[in-house]
Amino acid sequence: MSENPFSLWVYLSQSPLLWLTVTLLVYAITDAVSLKTQRNPLANPVLHSMWIIGAFLVLTNTSYTTYFGGAQFVHFLLGPATVALAVPLYENRKVVVAAVLPMLAALVVGSVTAIVSVVLLAEAAGLPRAVILSLAPKSVTAGVAMGISESLHADPSLTAVAVVLTGIMGAIIVTPLMNRIGIADFRARGFAVGVAAHGIGTARAFQVDAVAGVFAGIAMSLNALVTSLLVPLAVTLLVR
Amino acid sequence: MIASLSLILLCQLAGEVVVRGLGLPMPGPVVGLLLLLLLLLARDRFAVLARGPLQQDGVENASRGLLANLSLLFVPAGVGVVQKLDLLAEHGIAVAAVLAISVVVTLLVTVATFLVASRLLGRGRSAL
Repeated sequence: MSENPFSLWVYLSQSPLLWLTVTLLVYAITDAVSLKTQRNPLANPVLHSMWIIGAFLVLTNTSYTTYFGGAQFVHFLLGPATVALAVPLYENRKVVVAAVLPMLAALVVGSVTAIVSVVLLAEAAGLPRAVILSLAPKSVTAGVAMGISESLHADPSLTAVAVVLTGIMGAIIVTPLMNRIGIADFRARGFAVGVAAHGIGTARAFQVDAVAGVFAGIAMSLNALVTSLLVPLAVTLLVR
Repeated sequence: MIASLSLILLCQLAGEVVVRGLGLPMPGPVVGLLLLLLLLLARDRFAVLARGPLQQDGVENASRGLLANLSLLFVPAGVGVVQKLDLLAEHGIAVAAVLAISVVVTLLVTVATFLVASRLLGRGRSAL
């Protein structure tokens, strides 16, 4: 009898069901808290889900591989969600076409800034070469960044963490920063957060303003293209 | 609902086929995005395409549902931080500082470029 709860735990902790449930449940709670605080940037649901689930894994001595067995069903949807960005793009095509030139300028300049700044800062901070390479593609969405990291023979799992941290930081800081410097153009605000902080920034932009969300979505998908071309180039030029 | 999700997956699948087949240096889902956009634009032009998920906001509603929960999809990758605890114990503060400064610089430079470019272009247009 006394062994029953333990063997049940052993069974459940290896099953995808438990970890998928934990992921959705913790996110549902942190998202509800974020909604309760009028979407306060510090109540970012990804940030809080991440440490709560992470602490739970450490406490129960569960490996990330076991966790991912369940969480992969959520992770998989990153691809379809990228395709789904076609819909807000289609619905706002008039606004987008009218702003196509400023968007292209901001895309190229922003994408180069994101890559060059992180590589130079990481070198100045004296981080090891493998870490610098893994950080370089951090401003694009997780799936794409991990692919770039792989092709550089860096560490894709470290890249994924850098991507999520970058997204959370961008999502937290964008609203106070833009309000402080008095930017009222939601196209520009959205576009900037899409370039700097990919999908997590885009999710934040959709919470603040629909137009900002659309521009963030466009920025994030275009940046996926530009960054996959630029990172290998920047790394050859900048990393010794 | 199922038809709409299938259409989205089909676009992604076609995107992967195109990218792998032609050896393009871009992610498959981004090509899938372009395909879905072209389909939606073509539907407005040719009434014959307006069927199944391409009518009555089918694919539109499925996409909105996915995008409404976009941040959830990053949680599994983010939890990967548990694999990197020793690296973060060693370099965590430097990595966090580097990422934070880079994000702020990127936000400022991008927003400034966007505004300057749209102002310059606006002036050029009104001068004509």
